[in-house]
Amino acid sequence: MKFFIERFHFLFKSTKGLVLVAIAMISLVTAIWGTLSGPLAEWGIKDVTVRLLGMKLTPVQREGRIIMLYHAIAMAVMAIEVYFITSIVQMKKHRQSIINATVTVGYLCAMIFGLGFAYFGYNWTFHGLFLFGLSLIFFSGILLAEALWPWRKEYRVSNLEYAHTKKGVDLERVAFFALTLSALGSAMFGAVAGSYWGQGHQTFLAENLIRIPYKTPFELAVIGHLHIMLTLIAVAITLVVGRWFDFKGVFHKIAMPLMIIGIIIITIGVWIIVPYRPIAHTIIYVGSVFIMLAALMLVIYGWKKLIHDRLTEQGIAKAGLWRSVKALLHDPIKFGPLWQMVFMNFTVSGVGIFMAAKLDEIFRVWPLREERIVLTGHWHVLAGIIATIILMYYADIVGLKGKIRKWFGWILIIGSDIAFASATLFSLKRLFVKQYFQEPFTKWSMLFLEIGLAAVLIILAMLLLWRLFDLFKKEGVWKKELISPKLEASKTTVLPGVSEEGKQ
Amino acid sequence: MRKRMFFILVILLMLMLNQSCEQSNFPLHLEIPYIETGVDYNEWALIPAGEFYSGQQNNLGKIDYDYEIMITDVTNEQYAKYLNEALKKGTVKIENNKVIGYYPGERFDGHKHEQQIKAGYWIYVPLDEPGVRLKFNGEGFTVDKGFENHPVTMITWFGANAYCEFYGWDLPSEMEWEKAARGTDTRTYPWGDEINEHLANYNRSNKLIRKLFGLDSGITTPVGFFNGRKYKGFQTKNAQSPYGLYDMAGNVWQWTRDDYPDMSDRFMRGGSWANYDYNLRIWARNSSRPDYYAINVGFRCVRKASQKNEVN
Repeated sequence: MKFFIERFHFLFKSTKGLVLVAIAMISLVTAIWGTLSGPLAEWGIKDVTVRLLGMKLTPVQREGRIIMLYHAIAMAVMAIEVYFITSIVQMKKHRQSIINATVTVGYLCAMIFGLGFAYFGYNWTFHGLFLFGLSLIFFSGILLAEALWPWRKEYRVSNLEYAHTKKGVDLERVAFFALTLSALGSAMFGAVAGSYWGQGHQTFLAENLIRIPYKTPFELAVIGHLHIMLTLIAVAITLVVGRWFDFKGVFHKIAMPLMIIGIIIITIGVWIIVPYRPIAHTIIYVGSVFIMLAALMLVIYGWKKLIHDRLTEQGIAKAGLWRSVKALLHDPIKFGPLWQMVFMNFTVSGVGIFMAAKLDEIFRVWPLREERIVLTGHWHVLAGIIATIILMYYADIVGLKGKIRKWFGWILIIGSDIAFASATLFSLKRLFVKQYFQEPFTKWSMLFLEIGLAAVLIILAMLLLWRLFDLFKKEGVWKKELISPKLEASKTTVLPGVSEEGKQ
Repeated sequence: MRKRMFFILVILLMLMLNQSCEQSNFPLHLEIPYIETGVDYNEWALIPAGEFYSGQQNNLGKIDYDYEIMITDVTNEQYAKYLNEALKKGTVKIENNKVIGYYPGERFDGHKHEQQIKAGYWIYVPLDEPGVRLKFNGEGFTVDKGFENHPVTMITWFGANAYCEFYGWDLPSEMEWEKAARGTDTRTYPWGDEINEHLANYNRSNKLIRKLFGLDSGITTPVGFFNGRKYKGFQTKNAQSPYGLYDMAGNVWQWTRDDYPDMSDRFMRGGSWANYDYNLRIWARNSSRPDYYAINVGFRCVRKASQKNEVN
């Protein structure tokens, strides 16, 4: 019994264990559901999965199923981010426990019953439990917002290197707080539209409506909802990475106000999309610029820090370009997240801006189905980039060292970037090759996409298998993580008088 | 080790570029074996007036007139015949290796992303593009050998509309198309709710069809191919719609006629050989500007129930 209790405590009560469970759940879902589309479906693996698991895939419910799948995965990702936030942002221990417990039950309910409903026979009790799960996640968000309240005296910064107001209010905390509030409101934005399901609102995938000039308020609300939720997930991981790198100094002081303003502007832009659609887009673009500039500050700071730390470790006071680059690339696990943010500009933001600029000239000349591929491609890539950043942070948390750390890091970076670049090229193929000749291009880009993804999934599977076998060891890594559950990346400076409890 | 991996990666990239750029070796015109399906592509099916279920959500729709629709897509042979007749009558002409014809233009609402369709000459079909199965020999049009009974492709909406109008017919509206494909129940595909490679020409059946024609890439099948016959070992199932139409799912997307306000795109239905199964669901739509042409886009016509079949 003790065997199970100890492991249960690790998996469901420690931050590191909770993150591990959520990553494992997402991996499991990705591994199974990934066989239902793309090349794996073509190779007949879909049929095997469907038959083995007893899935019921009626063609008419496809869109609904996909929406449930997106929610199932997104909720687990949000839970991971909540675990990170409750661990690295100062708050009372009991608040952290309640928030983590609520979000955990919430995402597990949403994931298990949501997928159970959508893929295994439309049991409406499962649908109810899916909604219950979403409600719990929403409630955990309210608790998180309360816990993050930035104007509490005990959370004022004492180290003036961190962005703060004149009164010492921690601007990074304000950013986390604004992010949480925006996520809560934006979740409601989708939930209100969803609550009219069958009463004027019908299931749809946003990408199918791109060329329809008039959309219903419900459709606009759902489109706004899905865009901002993914944006906020990206913002959250950027802030978390900032804490991981102990982001501070002048760049931090520039970045945090930009981040806060960006979150507020984007939120306003999305929330007004129903009545003021034409101007909403412009507002969203403006907000995005603020957030991207904030991320740029983090990248500059982070890369400078990586170079500096490595050179100091080597005892080198001054270094040329080559040595500096070598120092930057020394630790792929730490170089990776910031690189992925830069890489995102080529595969997500760059594509988005190019599309916006050349929409009528190029993309509206293509048929709808091609434009749709570019759109779905670029947000799948964004979601994938966020996932790789989370994995790199997790690899750091679990303390991968030496060659394993390097191999894991570089395979994750190179594998995912090959996959994302291939997906981007595939989606833009008509820029380079005529439709009649596109088959070899499609074949090769898909091959590279699969190779890249396979590399990422194999190392992820290895990591998870290691953690799984470790759970059977008496004194495994899990034991150490249970004893020392704190994430390394938390601000070291706490006002005198604030207890360790307040920090964790 | 690192160097070796880098080397392998570079080789793979070069291979990809090389393969992708091999288009210059590709022949402009192909010859393939002719496959007789036994389906008469000059036939029409009567669709009676009445209610039917429309769209994914099964909304009740109604068409209060009888109409007829071609049981197959318009073939290369039919389109070549039309071009020859139209050339004689002077309703089409050839300029810069393109067949063009006059279109009277349409209302422009000035909406964002809307393309203005002015009165004038618009492209029907390009003649120098890969994938076109029609050849112009200076006097008239012929069809690449083996493609006679394949659906005509690389036709713009203008070209499709002109064909139907030439004979006094019309392109189907989206509703007419949907009712003809679905009948009066709520099925997903014209033949029922299941799909596999024996029922339609789509992404999944590509391998079998390539083998049949001895080609490296996906291709159209002759109209009415999926009728239960066996072709060189490839057993098909009868995939007719409730009204006896063929190829209402897969093979080629089909242009429809509706001109909606505030947009210039025309919609296409049915999915094609290049698409996954979900694009073949009866309610799935694709759209493009009316001057768009592609190797997987064709059309069929409708006419009033009282009209005589003048093409026979």
